[in-house]
Amino acid sequence: MTTQTVAAVRSDVHPAARTLAERHRPRAWEVVPWLAAIAFFFALPTHLGFGTELLITILFALSLDLVLGYAGIVTLGHAAFFGVGAYTVGMLAKYGIWSEPITGLLIAAAAAAVVGLGSGLVLLRTTGLTLLMLTLCTRALLEEAANLGHDWTGGFDGLDSVPIQPIFGIFEFNPLYLTTQYVYALVVLFVGFLIVRTIVYAPFGQSLTGIRENTLRMHAVGAPVNARLVTCYTISAAIAGVAGAVWAQANLYVNLSTLGLDRAATVLIILALGGYGRLYGAFIGAILYMVLSHYLAKAYPTAWQLGLGLLLMVIALCARNGMIGIVEPLLQRWRRVRSAP
Amino acid sequence: MPWVAWNNAGMAVARDTGGSRNMRRTSLYGKVQGRQGMKSRMLLLAVLVLVSGAAMAQEIKVGVILPFSGIGAEFGQQTERGINLYMKLNADRMKPYTFRLIKRDEKDASGASAKVVVQELLTQDKVDILLGWIYSPNAIATAAQVTAGKVPAIITNAGTAHITTLSPNYARVSFSMWHAGYAMGEAAATQLKAKTAVVGYSDFPPGKDSLNAFRTAFEASGGKVIDEIPMGGPAAVPDMTPFFQRAKEKQPDVLFVFVPAGDHATAVTRTYAALGMKEAGIKLIGPGDITQDNKLQAMGNAAVGLTTMHHYNADLDNAENQRFVAAWKQDYGADSVPDFMAVGGYDGMAAVVHVAHAQQGKITVEGAMTALKGWTFDSPRGPISIDPETRDIVMNEYLSEVVMQGGRLVQKSTSRIDAVKDPCKVLKIGPCANIPK
Amino acid sequence: MINGVDVIGMLLGGLAAGMVLFIVSVGLSVTMGLMGFANLAHGSFAMLGGYVIVLSMHRLGLGFVSALLLGFVVVALVSIPVERLLYRRLYRAAELDQVLFTIGLVFALSAAVTLLIGPENQQLVLPQVLQGQLDIGITRYRTYSLLLIVVGTLIAILLWLAFERTLIGAQIRAAVDNRRMAASLGINVDRLFTITFALGSGMAALGGGLGAEFLGLDPQYALKYLVYFLIVVAVGGLGRVSGVFSAALILGLMDFVLKKYLPKGGTLFIYVLTILLLLWRPQGLFGRAAR
Repeated sequence: MTTQTVAAVRSDVHPAARTLAERHRPRAWEVVPWLAAIAFFFALPTHLGFGTELLITILFALSLDLVLGYAGIVTLGHAAFFGVGAYTVGMLAKYGIWSEPITGLLIAAAAAAVVGLGSGLVLLRTTGLTLLMLTLCTRALLEEAANLGHDWTGGFDGLDSVPIQPIFGIFEFNPLYLTTQYVYALVVLFVGFLIVRTIVYAPFGQSLTGIRENTLRMHAVGAPVNARLVTCYTISAAIAGVAGAVWAQANLYVNLSTLGLDRAATVLIILALGGYGRLYGAFIGAILYMVLSHYLAKAYPTAWQLGLGLLLMVIALCARNGMIGIVEPLLQRWRRVRSAP
Repeated sequence: MPWVAWNNAGMAVARDTGGSRNMRRTSLYGKVQGRQGMKSRMLLLAVLVLVSGAAMAQEIKVGVILPFSGIGAEFGQQTERGINLYMKLNADRMKPYTFRLIKRDEKDASGASAKVVVQELLTQDKVDILLGWIYSPNAIATAAQVTAGKVPAIITNAGTAHITTLSPNYARVSFSMWHAGYAMGEAAATQLKAKTAVVGYSDFPPGKDSLNAFRTAFEASGGKVIDEIPMGGPAAVPDMTPFFQRAKEKQPDVLFVFVPAGDHATAVTRTYAALGMKEAGIKLIGPGDITQDNKLQAMGNAAVGLTTMHHYNADLDNAENQRFVAAWKQDYGADSVPDFMAVGGYDGMAAVVHVAHAQQGKITVEGAMTALKGWTFDSPRGPISIDPETRDIVMNEYLSEVVMQGGRLVQKSTSRIDAVKDPCKVLKIGPCANIPK
Repeated sequence: MINGVDVIGMLLGGLAAGMVLFIVSVGLSVTMGLMGFANLAHGSFAMLGGYVIVLSMHRLGLGFVSALLLGFVVVALVSIPVERLLYRRLYRAAELDQVLFTIGLVFALSAAVTLLIGPENQQLVLPQVLQGQLDIGITRYRTYSLLLIVVGTLIAILLWLAFERTLIGAQIRAAVDNRRMAASLGINVDRLFTITFALGSGMAALGGGLGAEFLGLDPQYALKYLVYFLIVVAVGGLGRVSGVFSAALILGLMDFVLKKYLPKGGTLFIYVLTILLLLWRPQGLFGRAAR
């Protein structure tokens, strides 16, 4: 926003208008998650494997939030793009074609964007169950294809010992001590987050919300609905591809699980837990899910599945906006109580 | 203060039992009461410190990586039982070391969970030795970490042939797919007198290994493989009917099938029977995975006549196995049976104990690998050893047929091949050719 | 070379596989067409029915037919309170919430079964007369597959008759086509939903039991076959028995043929074909075009 527009938002403007105009400004508490991530690095140096996995999951969930939370496209196949990104980086490195990590991310993003664009153009003409089915089938298709091409993709066993060059030639990816991986993933997540945040608060993002809420009216208003949806889908695919690429680089390994239904369903659940359509839903959901799953699932795997299932049912019935939907009204009430005379 | 309370309690016990303070007490604390109290207490303290110190110096941390949840949970359970049974039957062989088993869930064959597990075992728990791996993809995925972590790793199941070439710290006590597959290929041609064969296999690396092994040996002995049918993945049991229908129409002498142990194997025998393939003159053969001991009885009549080549079945009649099976049934129920995964756990634990003794409790990776190379052991499956060149297992293979005996299905061994080395590495086929020292 | 016997063998095998899919999926198609509700947990009802049937045969010693009936009745009854108390609240909800709820239900039921019964696969032991082969003149074929074809066809005919010739069937068809209109005609749409849901779940239970021989039966059943059931329903068109029947048979046949002649890439073809078909006709082969 320029100074001109800021000057126009004066105290005589309706508070709602002011809120909308100032929505994009970073607030003080938004530094907290990043500080927490840095603190984690120093406080728990032996848990960096878990930490890296968490950061990658947050980035993946953010990309899904763009498509699901803001554009309203229900997809169970987002893992397709994650896998495309992972395999792109993995195969290029394994066969000695390209193993520089940062540019590898850009190549993976491009590959995933191509797949996203192609599938988006074709699939987004449908809605509802048909669209859900098509996303399911696309992911399954890619997984089958990867298995079929096992001579190149390693099939079920995957590609192991993928050689990735050290970042800037100095920071190595160590299979046991993941300090480089953690910092790398954190930086990538930060950049990805900035991109998503910018999109969400830009007019483009607003139009996505409009399309989600009332597609018919957006058509009537003259918004290029399909073009917007496809663009959003493509960008989201690119970000998911980057998340997959970071996964492959951090683990020095790729296999079919990057394309799996398990991964696609998990990221959807994470977003549901945290609250979709909100920027930080991905963060909250991912942290909640991964922490619970890492400790509970280790100890009581069947009880974990039961608990998760029940929790999902409760969220779908009562807490439509996940954790954010539960916490936010409480916070608002508390604020109101505090500011009440 | 608790010390005072204990003191008073001890005295109260002394009073209640009607003895004087210097009488022998039943409780440990009671023992150090009395005039000798101070000295005895110091002595006890000193002994405790010494013993705990010594125990800590001789406690070996073993990281156990097995599936404890999901569809692999039963395999993890069988292996764990084998490990526990070894520790129970050979408690005196294990002295003076204590072994702390740190068990972690490898969950599924995706590779990703196993990597996190191994990384944590190595960096957080700082284990001395690793043991386990049911799934080949997990062993493949964690090879780089095992090498970087500089600990010996003993594989109790994962059977893809080239796994031991991926890290110099891997030693395998279980099997390679080629052990059974190759031996079966030879036996099919020479003993079963088969000229043509169709191979059905689950489409993932152990399946392909099994196919290659069988085909190499069968065709080298004069037979011909007329069709190779991939039968879906290992994750879900497919409907075998179309695959077996296709095999039936080719009318081979034998149908060699490899599927993962468990539910796949049951589906194989039932489809074989339901399609009337035995009457059509097609013999069903395969590695022992298809007649896994704990699933055998449920297969019913359909399984009679199945011929398999494997390094272990619960009906082997050597002295070690009889002792093993008897102890198993005593601990886990008369209806329960051990299988090749249980033996993998048993022998794996034996290897761990051997390493502990060879290195006198202080395990280093070079010393451990040297100790493992050439190690011999009397296992329930017969005599085994670890090949010093490949770090893979050398063991007997038994050709067995399923017969009905006294209302139960029993695997009767018809012939035995001694001291089989992994043919994939002997013949240097494909990735088996690069063996790090 | 493909000769006549081979073709017949293929037809029979494919039809049998298709029949199982049909019996399980018909309930899903009707409930989805009626309520517009994406019920991904339908496979769980099939799983529950399968478990009731198999376990009652093992532990209670019931005969095959009695077990099937028991499975149908039990699951149908159990589904009534589930629909009344839980599903009903989500009829007007966003699609995502419906998806989340049903996925949650799948997880909860899978875990419950694992905890109560165990993670292993359950074996269905067929009565002796159904095992083995039957001579049908031209060739010998697996008895059980032949039975499935007969049973499936009977069920299809019965359902079609019920939909086309009974009052309730007409009411259901009316409500599928235009719910508001049907309600304004005085049809008790809520009660219709419950009846349909119960029937659909009962059919799924039947399918789960009958199909256990081919599809197996374990706690992960619903997740494993989710995509298949959805494909049948999406391709067949929502709310049409004839649509589901045709789609299921086509899918069953294709799956069988592909597994036999192209075992390496078979499933790939199914996905490609489904995608192409849904793009060409998003409402499915027999469904009504979008309102």
